[in-house]
Formats: sequence, C-alpha cells, structure tokens
Amino acid sequence: MKILVCISHVPDTTSKINFTDNDTKFDTNGVQFVINPNDEFGLTRAMWFKEKQGATVHVVNVGDATSEPTLRKALAIGADEAIRVDATATDGYFVAQQLASVVKDGGYDLIIAGRESIDFNGGMVPGMLAAMLDANFVNTCIGLEVDGTSATAIREIDGGKETLTTSLPLIVGGQKGLVEESDLRIPNMRGIMMARKKPLHVKPANENAAAAQTVGFEKPAPKGAVTMVDPENVGQLIDLLHNEAKVI
Amino acid sequence: MSVLVYAESDSGSFKKIAFEVVSYAKGIADAMGTSVTAVTVNANDPSELGTYGASKVLAVSNDAMSDFNANGYANAIATAAKNEGASVVVLPSSANGKYLAPLVAVKLEAAMAANVVALPESTSPFVVKSTVYTNKAFANTQLNTANKVLGLSKNAYGLHESSTTAQVEALEAQASDGITVASVDKATDKVTIADAEIVVSGGRGLKGPENWGMIEELAEVLGAATACSKPVSDMGWRPHSEHVGQTGKPVASTLYIAIGISGAIQHLAGINSSKVKVVINTDPEAPFFKAADYGIVGDAFDVVPKLIEKLKEFKVNNA
Ligand SMILES: Cc1cc2nc3c(=O)[nH]c(=O)nc-3n(C[C@H](O)[C@H](O)[C@H](O)COP(=O)(O)OP(=O)(O)OC[C@H]3O[C@@H](n4cnc5c(N)ncnc54)[C@H](O)[C@@H]3O)c2cc1C
Ligand SMILES: Nc1ncnc2c1ncn2[C@@H]1O[C@H](COP(=O)(O)O)[C@@H](O)[C@H]1O
Repeated sequence: MKILVCISHVPDTTSKINFTDNDTKFDTNGVQFVINPNDEFGLTRAMWFKEKQGATVHVVNVGDATSEPTLRKALAIGADEAIRVDATATDGYFVAQQLASVVKDGGYDLIIAGRESIDFNGGMVPGMLAAMLDANFVNTCIGLEVDGTSATAIREIDGGKETLTTSLPLIVGGQKGLVEESDLRIPNMRGIMMARKKPLHVKPANENAAAAQTVGFEKPAPKGAVTMVDPENVGQLIDLLHNEAKVI
Repeated sequence: MSVLVYAESDSGSFKKIAFEVVSYAKGIADAMGTSVTAVTVNANDPSELGTYGASKVLAVSNDAMSDFNANGYANAIATAAKNEGASVVVLPSSANGKYLAPLVAVKLEAAMAANVVALPESTSPFVVKSTVYTNKAFANTQLNTANKVLGLSKNAYGLHESSTTAQVEALEAQASDGITVASVDKATDKVTIADAEIVVSGGRGLKGPENWGMIEELAEVLGAATACSKPVSDMGWRPHSEHVGQTGKPVASTLYIAIGISGAIQHLAGINSSKVKVVINTDPEAPFFKAADYGIVGDAFDVVPKLIEKLKEFKVNNA
C-alpha cells in the first residue's frame, strides 16, 4: 500500500496572529511553524500502517522553501520520502489541483489529509482532491483500518459517529481519533539524522491559476470589559443573561 | 440565475442553520437582483423555506438517501445549480455541509470560501468575509471563478424573515455507491454541540469525572449541550466528542458557560465565536476573564449548585 499524507505548514497554536503590508500579508515575525495538528494525527496513523502492514509513506506539501523544515520533521517521524510542490498555496482549489497531479504521478492507494488546517480552516482540500480524482472520501475520520483493498472508516457526525465500509483508492480528512494524543511521536536523534538523507523532491507546480485570493485581513474588534457578578448573588447573573444579553 | 442553497434537515425537520442559509442567500439574491432556490433532501415540509425568502424549492425525496451520502447529495446540489443557472451556491458550516461544499465546488469548477460571516462586500468582483486562523482573524477573499461556493458559519448572519411563497418541485437524485454506512451510533436524546444554542463546558478545575453531575444538571436546566477542555477529554474524564477548542470542535453558540477552565489561547480560539461568554473560576487572574462577558470569581462547587437552583426558580416564574 502506498500512502500519501498531505501536510500543511501552519503557525503553532500559541501564535499571536498579526498582519503586515497594510493588512494584506500574514506576519511571520516570531511565529513558529508546525505540522498542522490534524495532519500529525494522520501521519502517525500512516506510520502504524507502515510498521504493521508494510506500507510506504510519502508526505507532500504545496508551498515555498520555508515549509521544508516541516517536511523534514515528517521524515524524522518516519515518512520515507517527501515531495514539495513549489508554489504559493493561495487557495484550496489551487492546492487540490496541485495535489491531484502528485497523486496521479505517484499512484497512491490511500491519501490522508486533515479535516482542516488551522490557518485558513477551509476544510476544502481533501474533499476537492477526492472530487477531482473521483475517489472515495471520508471526512472527519476518527478511525481507519485497511484490509487489502477494502477499508473500514469511522466518521464523526454531529452527536455521534458512523462506521463506513469503502474501498481504496480512498481519501480521508482526518483528526484526533485516527490515533490518540499519547500516540504522537517526537522525532528522536536517530530519526533526525536519517531524515537528512531521505529524499525531498521539489516539483514544479502545474499550470493552474489561483481560483481565489485574500485581499485583506482584519482583526476582531477589542472586547468590551467583563461584568463581574458576586458569587453570593448568582440571581443577578440570570437577570443579566435574561434582560441584558437576552440569551436565556 | 438565482442563488442556490442546500437547506439541511434532520429526520425531516429543518435545522436552524437551514433557515440561516436561506436568509443569507436572500440577502445575496437581493443584491444581485435575483431569487433564491433551495435544495432539500427528504424534508417533511419544503415550503417552510418560503418564510425566509426561498421562492423555489427543489425537493428530493428518496428513501435510499436517508443516510447521509456525500457524493449523492453533492451531485443533486450541483445538478440543481446547473439547471437553475445558479452561479452562487450557499451551504451550511455543519458537519455535513462542510463535507459537501468542496465536492460541490469541484463539480461546478467554483472557488470556495468557508466560514463566511457576512454578506459579500461586493458581488463584482465577488469579495466575502470569513473567519481564519481559528477565529483569531477575518479574511476578505476574492473569488475569481464564474461559479462560487460559500460555507456559512452558524449564528453569524441570523434569521431574517421575508415572506415569500415557495413553489415546490421534485428533484430526482440517486445515492452514490462507493461508501456504505454499516452502522450509526448517535445519542438522540442529547443536544449536540453543533446544534446547541447554549453550551455548558467544564475544565480541569472540576477535579474529576465524578463531579460532572452538576454540569449535566445545569445543562439540562438550560437545554444546553455539555462540552469540556482538551485535558479533560485526554484524561478520559469526558468523551473526545466533547472536546472543544482549536484542535477540538468549534463552538458558535449564543451562550457559552465555562466552568473551571483557565482560558488557554487554544481553548479560546475554538469558542470565541460564541456570542455571550460566562466564566466561573476561583482565580481572578484566569485569562478567560479577559475574553468573558460575565464573570464570577468563585468555587464551582459552591456557585454551580446555587445557579441551578436559581435557574429552576427563574424557569418556574417565566414559564
Ligand atoms: C497543540 C495544542 C492544542 C491544544 N488544543 C486545545 C483545544 O482545542 N482545547 C482546549 O481546551 N485546550 C487545548 N490545548 C490545551 C490548552 O493549552 C490548555 O492546556 C487547556 O485548555 C487547559 O485546560 P483547563 O482550562 O481545563 O485546565 P487548567 O489550565 O488546569 O485550568 C483549570 C482552571 O480551573 C480553575 N479552578 C480550579 N478549581 C476550581 C474550582 N473549584 N472552581 C472553579 N474554578 C476552579 C483554575 O483556577 C484554572 O483556571 C491545546 C494545547 C496544545 C499544545
Ligand atoms: N499547502 C498544502 N500542502 C499540502 N497539503 C495541504 C495544504 N493545504 C492543505 N492541505 C491538506 O488539506 C487539509 C485541509 O486543509 P484546508 O483545506 O486548508 O483546511 C490539511 O489538513 C492538509 O492535510
């Protein structure tokens, strides 16, 4: 089984978000970039398939050279090869078109992406990729088993979960549950040394144009002050929620 | 022409977000000088959408589609868009809406904006505002393709009545194979975080799973869903499905009550599109108070039971 894990390179969850160039660009100053958390769960599940079922695992990112340390980290965790499509990831449609070319060239059986990235939160790329390739697609995937060409996936739904049977080629939009938090791996010294020697292929982008572009960012308006209520007088809170906020 | 929407229902009844999506589409249709057409799947009363401005409803009724079937639903929506000549398609940001929207976008070769929170700033060029960086910012995105797909955030635009009489027509649609639902495990007696107007959330300050009785009781009195912080689900005190925040579920309720939660940046990111936030915490320095609308510095084990008692009285008096 050949697995491709799609990795988006995102600001660490503790990052303060700021913009430059008249609020048109994300300010990377002082920001640490990491593997998108949803993708890290997927990568860790892929490592399980590698160790238990002899799968080959490749990772891919559509981005400029600044995302290479993130790909190297994925190699240090245990992926066999990395691919970077050299382009600015402007919008989900464009990224999905680039990934579709990578999948067609590489002949992958299973493609694991994240439910959403924590930068643009579009949750667009995995579904678009599936529709472009006409492959089976399971979103918000919290469990995945593969046996030959059949697969069983668990999907989180509002208020519960659903078990699905399907077949490869398959694309999943994964999240926590594919593996648990405690299964995540921190690369060790040996992994980091080996990652330096593993292939990281840089591919040119295909000719598709951006379908969308951000014209400007805004930050939320500063919040008003909090109204404090005396713990001895919780009735006042109910009164405020009913008469002032009008939410109960 | 027309603006097309997918109006989601559950066991035949429309979800509130279905009415929000229709209201929003009516706003765009007015700006573009056109009307709203809705697609429904196995809805009991499709004509209900007229109340919010749909002048036409294309109603699918097919028992084979009673289990959600992403590809089958997406085909129906894309076909309807093509038949109606709709260049803008609006879907809800529910779990199923998020599943469908990218599929519909590819079928219509449309650029997409997710988590949209306001009417387009302009329709030519088409520029729309959405939340990005897990609610830490907004982006104005220009969609360059002829067709556009929008995912509307919950509780962002609200409900706007606009009485129209909806003409209902049948739409043929088929479930698509490839994926089969083997089993569904869904609590039907509980309000889900996705649908809830009020969410009551507990953190590590509650000390242990045995203390969740009062959280559940408070939720019950309010008709609310229960949620928790990440460490609470990581330690197995509560199920993973209750974990909210940047790496858990997003919350966009009208009221969010946080009890014994410190207010870490990752937690706040996931819940700050809730309208009104109440924080109960023993530590006056807890960062959550800076993000709250109402706060009580106090011990949850003292405050929550009193709150439950007062709420019960309030309900009796306001019944
Ligand atoms: C990559 C990453 C992603 C993350 N994603 C998320 C996420 O999605 N969601 C999330 O929640 N966290 C997330 N976190 C974790 C986050 O950083 C915090 O650790 C977590 O939110 C803290 O949970 P807490 O507030 O329940 O616990 P604590 O921070 O331990 O806070 C407990 C609070 O309870 C108060 N307290 C104690 N006793 C009482 C009492 N008797 N009555 C009232 N109050 C009391 C204390 O004053 C304290 O403020 C993430 C972290 C990382 C690194
Ligand atoms: N630039 C990118 N390169 C590779 N994979 C990506 C990229 N952007 C998004 N993805 C994948 O698509 C998922 C959803 O991203 P998004 O649609 O941006 O929310 C991510 O979790 C990744 O798995």
